[in-house]
Amino acid sequence: MIYSLLILSSPFSGDCSRTAAAFARCAIARGHTVHRVFFLDTGTLASAANSVSAQDEDTALQSWAELADLHSVELAICITSALKHGMFDQTEADRNKCPFSTMDPAFTMSGLGQLVDAYASSDRLITFGG
Amino acid sequence: MMTAVTKKTVLIVLRHSPYGSGLAKAALDTALASAAFEQSFDLLFMGDGVLQLHPGQDSRVKGFKNLGRQLASLPLYEINHVYVETQALARYNIDVSKSPVHIQQLNGSEIRQLMTCYDHLMGF
Repeated sequence: MIYSLLILSSPFSGDCSRTAAAFARCAIARGHTVHRVFFLDTGTLASAANSVSAQDEDTALQSWAELADLHSVELAICITSALKHGMFDQTEADRNKCPFSTMDPAFTMSGLGQLVDAYASSDRLITFGG
Repeated sequence: MMTAVTKKTVLIVLRHSPYGSGLAKAALDTALASAAFEQSFDLLFMGDGVLQLHPGQDSRVKGFKNLGRQLASLPLYEINHVYVETQALARYNIDVSKSPVHIQQLNGSEIRQLMTCYDHLMGF
């Protein structure tokens, strides 16, 4: 089955972002495809490259980056939400005169059209958070 | 780049108040993007989400755009159906009879029935 995920909540409040990443891992382990993970609204904070957590705490960012790295899962960030939350890739950092990118490179800047494409091309769209 | 070739039926469920978080705006933006890519979708306002339909909402004092006004533009995008939970309307005493969007009221069992009719549910 082809899944896509929509992430609406911040990884810093509640466990929705981590649960979503765990869901994606399990789906892939069972032979399903995760077509795309789309991050919207406060969900975009999952891409925060400069967030520092307690040393003994796993971060949602690690889980997402592993999914992108090991299973080539596409992590698409809504550009409007991202900019609002201060998440810049290098292009947006340059455009907004920010000296450095604030977004982890595992994530890709994207638009809401990619969310529409995600549900149009998937058997299931699972929403996390909200 | 839009690569989708298939068309899915989608119910966008709006469950949060208009200005308490970014979710109402995120749902509306998703609806407008879906319309732009000619997807077939309907809207359902439930629970606190019915506050988005409040006819007298004025967001200027908060410095936000008026979501009610943006909702009023929905007919331009050929949205098929807008549904609302009857009990929630009553709880907040919201009158949608003069709404610029045609709204159909549903009770709990009708909502359960409605939710089985779509390929995808998106909950905001």
